[in-house]
Amino acid sequence: MTQDAIEIDGLRVTRRGRLVLPGLDLRVPTGQVVGLLGPSGGGKSTVMRAVVGVQEVEGGRVEVLGLPAGHPDLRHRVGYVTQAPSVYGDLTVAENVSHFARLLGVRDPGAAAREAVERVDLTSHAQSRTDALSGGQRGRASLAAALVGAPELLVLDEPTVGLDPVLRRDLWGLFRQLADDGVTLLISSHVMDEASRCDRLVLLREGEVLADDTPAHLLQRTGAADAEGAFLALVDEAAA
Amino acid sequence: MNPRLTVVTAGRVLRQVLRDRRTLALMLVVPVVLMCLLAWIYADGPLFERVGPTLLTVFPFVIMFVVTSVATLRERTSGTLERLLTTPMGKGDLVLGYALAFGLLAVVQGIVVTSISGWLLGLDTEASAVWLVLVVVASGVLGTSLGLLASAFAATEFQAVQLMPATVLPQFLLCGLLVPRDQLPRALELLSDVLPLSHVVDAATAVAQQVQPRGDLATPMLVIAGWIVVALVLGSLTLRRRTP
Ligand SMILES: Nc1ncnc2c1ncn2[C@@H]1O[C@H](COP(=O)(O)OP(=O)(O)OP(=O)(O)O)[C@@H](O)[C@H]1O
Ligand SMILES: [Mg+2]
Repeated sequence: MTQDAIEIDGLRVTRRGRLVLPGLDLRVPTGQVVGLLGPSGGGKSTVMRAVVGVQEVEGGRVEVLGLPAGHPDLRHRVGYVTQAPSVYGDLTVAENVSHFARLLGVRDPGAAAREAVERVDLTSHAQSRTDALSGGQRGRASLAAALVGAPELLVLDEPTVGLDPVLRRDLWGLFRQLADDGVTLLISSHVMDEASRCDRLVLLREGEVLADDTPAHLLQRTGAADAEGAFLALVDEAAA
Repeated sequence: MNPRLTVVTAGRVLRQVLRDRRTLALMLVVPVVLMCLLAWIYADGPLFERVGPTLLTVFPFVIMFVVTSVATLRERTSGTLERLLTTPMGKGDLVLGYALAFGLLAVVQGIVVTSISGWLLGLDTEASAVWLVLVVVASGVLGTSLGLLASAFAATEFQAVQLMPATVLPQFLLCGLLVPRDQLPRALELLSDVLPLSHVVDAATAVAQQVQPRGDLATPMLVIAGWIVVALVLGSLTLRRRTP
């Protein structure tokens, strides 16, 4: 498998008159966990929206699993979790997840939903309405709805925000397990200690890729002790 | 377009609405209360017989417009719309799913409100009550379709509510309830000819005044059906998969 799951060339995006991505090039190798890091407003969510085909773009090429982003054939092969949890507040966790299973044409939506809810460790709240959940629980319900169709590519916009260390560790375990099964994951995050769990890191600042490397290389190159230090070193270097 | 996805969507929307007591009350109880008030206001006169059938058909139009436009707006603001549009769901499937769900609710509303107005309040039309139910349901479905279309022009639930007076009240003034449409100034008469609510009132008038309303019902019902189709098609065309 030499082909990249995501290939972006010269992606140019303007949002409300503001040039957010001036010309982005990015590769996400198949079967890897790639972390998208960077300061707030740097364009992480915009890149992810372009990959799943909901972002209006001005120019450039975005190819996903060998097809143009947003291609109808991709819609049951790509799972997407928006930054703000997007589930129906007046439906239960199980109802939300099985609804997305039905939309994806999964054979047994109830069973598939139970399995996805189990994977995000929310079984005890499966019958709760999502507007009665904590922020982190709602985020996990939103994640379960993306897992349910067994997608080949998962685009996760800050899936671990607001979670305690134990849950974060468990979810990263899940992401690793999915990658071992051949799933490609593009995950954005603010939490720097999560960076070391990725196969590759992409540092995005003001729409430009500051670095695209393995975590080990990044530390070596910057001489920093941890991902946070490497990140700060690179941001300072770019600003200088 | 995929009928399976339309049905899945309709099922989900119905489940949400049935769980929301306020919306159910707005659809089923409020029109009944309004009709009771009307009957009380006109207790000793023949006016209830005259305006009753018309208002009975206008109320569902307004209520279904508000309920549908706010419900679809909620989909947009909650982020679930962005997510749905990354699934195999087509724009038409989503709009038709909503139309189907609220259309079914409009049928229930039409039957409940018309039956209670007949039995409890003695509202009587020349034509049989079945015709009246038909017009009330058509009016509710029309309100639903226009609400779906209107929600495309709003970004928040508040804006959706603002659209209601801006689009519905002018139609109310021109629909023939205050002044018969053929007595309006020529320009206004022409305008009222194209507005959908005018035809709801025409249909209600035919049912109220004629034992065999079929002849006078055909034109307004066709115009209403045309508006429903146009609103649903425009509603799905204005839905954007890619947004700025
Ligand atoms: N809904 C929006 N409408 C218009 N412009 C937007 C919108 N969201 C973001 N932008 C613009 O795009 C730029 C990049 O935003 P984006 O959401 O991609 O950043 P991000 O890296 O995901 O930030 P965060 O870490 O805070 O989520 C912002 O600086 C802002 O100017
Ligand atoms: Mg973001």
